[in-house]
Amino acid sequence: MTKMNRISALFASATEPILNVYTTAGFPRLEDTMTVLNALQAGGVDIIEVGMPYSDPVADGETIQLSNQAALEQGMSVAHLFEQLKDMRKSITVPVLLMGYINPVLQYGVEAFCAKCAEVGVDGLILPDLPMVEYEASYREIFEKYGLFNIRLITPQTNDERIRHIDSVSKGFIYMVSSASTTGAKTGISSDQELYFERIAAMNLQNPRLIGFGISDHESFVKASKNASGAIIGSAFVKMIAQAKDLSAEIVAFVQLIKGKN
Amino acid sequence: MIMSFNVDERGYYGNFGGAFIPEMLYPNVEELRSRYLDIIAEPSFQEEFHALLKDYVGRPTPLFKAERLSTKYNTNIYLKREDLCHTGAHKINNTIGQILVAKRLGKSKIVAETGAGQHGVATATVCALMGMECIVYMGAIDIERQAPNVARMRMLGAQVVPATSGSKTLKDATNEAMRHWINHPVDTHYIIGSVVGPHPYPDMVARFQAVISEEIRFQLQEKEGRDYPDYVIACVGGGSNAAGAFYHFLDEPRTALIAAEAAGLGVNSGHSAATTFLGKPGVLHGSKSLSMQTEDGQVIEPYSISAGLDYPGIGPMHAHLFESGRATFFGVTDEEALVAAVECSQLEGIIPALETAHALAVFERLQAKPNEIVVVNVSGRGDKDLATYQNRLKLND
Repeated sequence: MTKMNRISALFASATEPILNVYTTAGFPRLEDTMTVLNALQAGGVDIIEVGMPYSDPVADGETIQLSNQAALEQGMSVAHLFEQLKDMRKSITVPVLLMGYINPVLQYGVEAFCAKCAEVGVDGLILPDLPMVEYEASYREIFEKYGLFNIRLITPQTNDERIRHIDSVSKGFIYMVSSASTTGAKTGISSDQELYFERIAAMNLQNPRLIGFGISDHESFVKASKNASGAIIGSAFVKMIAQAKDLSAEIVAFVQLIKGKN
Repeated sequence: MIMSFNVDERGYYGNFGGAFIPEMLYPNVEELRSRYLDIIAEPSFQEEFHALLKDYVGRPTPLFKAERLSTKYNTNIYLKREDLCHTGAHKINNTIGQILVAKRLGKSKIVAETGAGQHGVATATVCALMGMECIVYMGAIDIERQAPNVARMRMLGAQVVPATSGSKTLKDATNEAMRHWINHPVDTHYIIGSVVGPHPYPDMVARFQAVISEEIRFQLQEKEGRDYPDYVIACVGGGSNAAGAFYHFLDEPRTALIAAEAAGLGVNSGHSAATTFLGKPGVLHGSKSLSMQTEDGQVIEPYSISAGLDYPGIGPMHAHLFESGRATFFGVTDEEALVAAVECSQLEGIIPALETAHALAVFERLQAKPNEIVVVNVSGRGDKDLATYQNRLKLND
């Protein structure tokens, strides 16, 4: 018997736009991870995406790179993250995703990594440099064995045929990258991007979609949510917590501001 | 089953290779993958490529019998003179090939990474030749220590952008070039400078560098009456000059393939770039290969006196040659390379690049017989390293 994945349950029951916030594990200080997660949930976030720091994050822009580097310098590692998350489910009820690059997962051991994810209560994985062909050939079976959703990206350059294929392989939701860019490179949503959102919305995919990259405030969150189930904020959040004086209070305020609930 | 040392249809060399790239790069890499073989096979491409190699690069480069080195080591040593290529190294064989591919893909802009600056100069050169915009990412630390090549690139009209992330060296320049490509996917082609990166790059770069071993074959036939040597020696950072020097001998069992890696201050000194000794299987810059990394999978910053070998990985082809035992890898320290550079300079009148000096340092360990033939790929000339030579060898004291 498998219980329903928290991601599926969320999308099945959500009545308002879903907000997914990315945070870098072990940042701003090494032991802040659970403080950040609890504050995100208290603020009303719907999904939490925890970034596993990596030395060479090629899909990320400067803000997230610097947070990765800072976390690593403070001693962050995959093993330590699992240690930090071991009692996560005592307080966190929202879905939790781990985001990161494939190499640290390979070194931890793919099966051991997935088993540990299931043990601490992780619901899905975003591994941008794990290509779909490799996923299908060597990873899918293991991910599914541990009930982990593999969240895959599409971009404005992804053609319809490939989008259909990604949709057929995906579970949970599809991560729509709003523009051809690394994270945090652009802010705001242009009319071209809205056309792209509408084009994808009209494809009637089986998976819901969240829009990420370039979402930084209430306005861009609302705009993106018009043509998707919600949106993802990363760099803007990381930039905020890098400077936060009262971490928990400022996180709660940030989330409420994005959702328009203050 | 016959073991193949070339890439398979999935983009793998044995257990290594593939295209581990974010979805943002998929359309670009897929476009390249689906078209590069057809483009390269086009008669018009071949004609243009070979005409430029001949009249612009100056190929074929000589295969020179190094008599005094041969006498010293009691064997027959030939130097393949890639140092005589236009711009001073083998790198231009690849940039000529790739810019012709980029033109046929309809791209108008080029991005590249560079470590020592040789690939950056070779890229800036072909961009000037073809009238294409050129952006080169270079680690902020490398920009400081390779000032002459930065000036050359700028003289050629390229924009040199410092990579300020991470350790500010070649691996970070590569990350930045990939990020640039992610942000400019439609009009830009990324010219990778070595046999690294996602498939099809390792194979494409190896094919363009394969002209080196193609020439060695016919030049040996002329000089020695046989078209294979007993040994081919080349240095390996990412491994493009070695891939080119090995290429036509991969399936020639009579030829031993010898790779010289940079052992820095010593393989186990903590200051080394000897990836086959220190690396583990993993994914770096888009392919599965051997790379130097922590237990947690974080990339370790390597060290070598030679900026061109100062890279924490090797191309997937070389990882396979290592794992299968087809090639033999030697670690060569900074000191051994310096001694070999002086030896080649004073016995043959050829000042090699520091990278090449690593390949010239293995004769003693090779123990080649008097009737055997050894070919060393002289991948580049030493002009760019004069400051290091002056400093380390106290040439101005």
